[in-house]
Amino acid sequence: MNTLRLLRRNFDHGVHPAHHKKQTEDLAIQRVPFVSHYVMPLGQHIGVPSRPTVKAGEQVGRGQLIAEPGGFVSTALHSPVTGTVREIGEFRGIDGQFSPAMQIEADPYATQQLESTTGIDWMSLSLDEFIGQVQQAGIVGMGGAAFPSHVKFSVPDGVKINRLLINGAECEPYLTNDHRLMVERPEDLLLGAEIVRQKLGAEETLIGVERNKPDAIEILRQHIQPGQPVRVVPLQVKYPQGAEKMIIKTVFGREVPAGQFPRDVEVNVNNVGTIVAIADYFLRGLPSIERIVTVAGPGVSYPANLIVPLGTPVREVLRFCGGLKDETREVIMGGPMMGRPIASLDVPVLKGSSGILAFTDAETARPQEYPCIRCGRCLEACPYFLNPSRFARLAKARMFDEMQQYSVMDCVECGCCTFACPSNIPIVLLIRTGKDALRASREKPE
Amino acid sequence: MTQKDPDLLLLHAPLLRQGMTTPGAMRDVLYALAPATLAALWFFGLGALLVLVASIVGAVLAEWFFPGSRQRGESLLDASAILTGLLLGLTLPPGLPLWMAFLGGAVGIGLGKVIWGGLGHNLFNPALLGRAFLLATFPIPMTTWAPLRGSDSFFHVHASNLAPPFMQAQIDAISSATPLGLMKFDQEVTPLTNLVFGNTTGSLGETSGLLLVLGGIYLWLRRDLDWRIPVSIVVTVVVFSGCLGLADPVRFPSPLFSVFSGGMLLGAIYMATDPVTSPVTPRGTWIFGVGVGVLVVLIRVFGGLPEGVMYSILLMNAATPLIDRYTQPRIFGR
Repeated sequence: MNTLRLLRRNFDHGVHPAHHKKQTEDLAIQRVPFVSHYVMPLGQHIGVPSRPTVKAGEQVGRGQLIAEPGGFVSTALHSPVTGTVREIGEFRGIDGQFSPAMQIEADPYATQQLESTTGIDWMSLSLDEFIGQVQQAGIVGMGGAAFPSHVKFSVPDGVKINRLLINGAECEPYLTNDHRLMVERPEDLLLGAEIVRQKLGAEETLIGVERNKPDAIEILRQHIQPGQPVRVVPLQVKYPQGAEKMIIKTVFGREVPAGQFPRDVEVNVNNVGTIVAIADYFLRGLPSIERIVTVAGPGVSYPANLIVPLGTPVREVLRFCGGLKDETREVIMGGPMMGRPIASLDVPVLKGSSGILAFTDAETARPQEYPCIRCGRCLEACPYFLNPSRFARLAKARMFDEMQQYSVMDCVECGCCTFACPSNIPIVLLIRTGKDALRASREKPE
Repeated sequence: MTQKDPDLLLLHAPLLRQGMTTPGAMRDVLYALAPATLAALWFFGLGALLVLVASIVGAVLAEWFFPGSRQRGESLLDASAILTGLLLGLTLPPGLPLWMAFLGGAVGIGLGKVIWGGLGHNLFNPALLGRAFLLATFPIPMTTWAPLRGSDSFFHVHASNLAPPFMQAQIDAISSATPLGLMKFDQEVTPLTNLVFGNTTGSLGETSGLLLVLGGIYLWLRRDLDWRIPVSIVVTVVVFSGCLGLADPVRFPSPLFSVFSGGMLLGAIYMATDPVTSPVTPRGTWIFGVGVGVLVVLIRVFGGLPEGVMYSILLMNAATPLIDRYTQPRIFGR
């Protein structure tokens, strides 16, 4: 009975893109050296932007607080480097828009020296104190969404978190940053998980890892102490296995109701990178000032997994990797299924930047778009059981209200439909057009 | 080291694509039909080939002649017009005058597809619309079934094939009845093995059940075909005609006979599954298939003609938008 459940353990639908992880999965994490200038956007998380606590011209140390949370759904920012605040103003972000940011010029003799190197006695913290510390550390979801972690940990009264789920699926092709963290820092991952589990009062920790990372599964299992309430759960390799609601369905067999949160099924889900960031802060006093980035793709000369200080321009990261090949046509921040293309290499690495991927003609050449023949492949791909072909048709006809009737707002834009479409219709783009139009009309009811 | 900025595209994610394309899917259907088509040519000879070619040429010329919003000839590249012509040709009698086959192909694409807005927009299966037009306009030639080639040379062409356009030539071929006709009008049952291998009288493609099924399996393996549609049609026909057979075994044919006779398999595997004109939701495809199956048995048993697959599919085509509307899948977490 139990075996049968294990065999059937999965979410429905989804797609099977090639993994493309060979390029970097065996490359140990390296540290990118300091560069001359850093740009720290004040809104690199979901929610209210942070409020600067330093002024232009002020000296800052590595790890020093430079902006405080602007509200509850907001988080602190710390300087990634020892240096001087040059300017607080508008800088171009990865979406191509100007937004408030802080430019810091690195001290030429900057070292890895931290402002504070003492850990925190996490055992004695209450849950509220713990949540406050996480917010002060500036920790957000490192899987890409950059949702402030302390908000996730704040559950309403009466809601009990039974299980902590660590998301090590890393289902996006090309990305190997979580893989390398699990292989290289299993102790920290398990310690971080134990801190969160105890603070939330969960009974058990589960670590979901896709089966294409057997070394990570093996190493984590070896590091679990006997009697420790931690289990590693190997997952089928299928995109989007790492989507929060999908990994919950796979591991617990439960669907999080639409419009609700994992806590409504008594689960808390955190990415591997987030948990390691928590360990770094509570054990060593290192706030969120750097992250692991996979630099890969056919357009990169020397692919790598790197520790990149936040705010480092993409150009400098790529320079460290030997630059882009001449045939590069597109650079994406994040994974190839959900990441964002960037127009300029001057944009900074953010807390949510899991990858910098460069692609050439082979990946960017698009066959012509054919009419939709209603083949149904997108319906079979959509993990939310939506009808993407209808969304595409309605969006082209600008029938946005009809799209809402078919629950377009439940779409998370995972890209499965577009991946599966034989007619090469940009379905996700059309869906996004519809959602934007619906949001705009909701704000202006005229 | 200087680093030149490449001219970056801003293609939207997802950047990756699975390999299959729409023209590729169309070509797969052509490959799947190739064995059954070759068998039909072997059984019926050169005349049958000419009928197929005439129907394909009619379909392709119509597609070329009415380009719609696209560049003239561009829409031919998706191979869908060739497929429509071939599917229509396979539903025609081997002795049909070629000009009729040509006209059928042209009407099928013209009225069945182009005026709706081209590929992906039509309500009815174009090949079956062409056939419905032919059956209404030329009822006698469309139900005059030339016999199998037998020992005649492969290069024997029926005189009726070469009838000049609009001169209703007397059908001089020795006509013979199809298995369904024999069953309906004479209560005579054709042996099942003949139906399976295809050496029976009938239209070109309704002959070899075995090769049609093999082609269907190929399409299923290539994920070009929604298996629910042929399965639900066949199961419905077997159950429904089986029930009727229990009531009166002489008057009503056996379930297996029903499945392997007439245009049943060609229709169920290759026409009802046309993605454009069948429902897109999983529950919808079940309803569609059951509807086709029930209509097939009703028309065959109570209708004036022995065959009913064509009208069954066309009628369910008309119901497809409504079925889709009411069978939207349950959304995750709702």
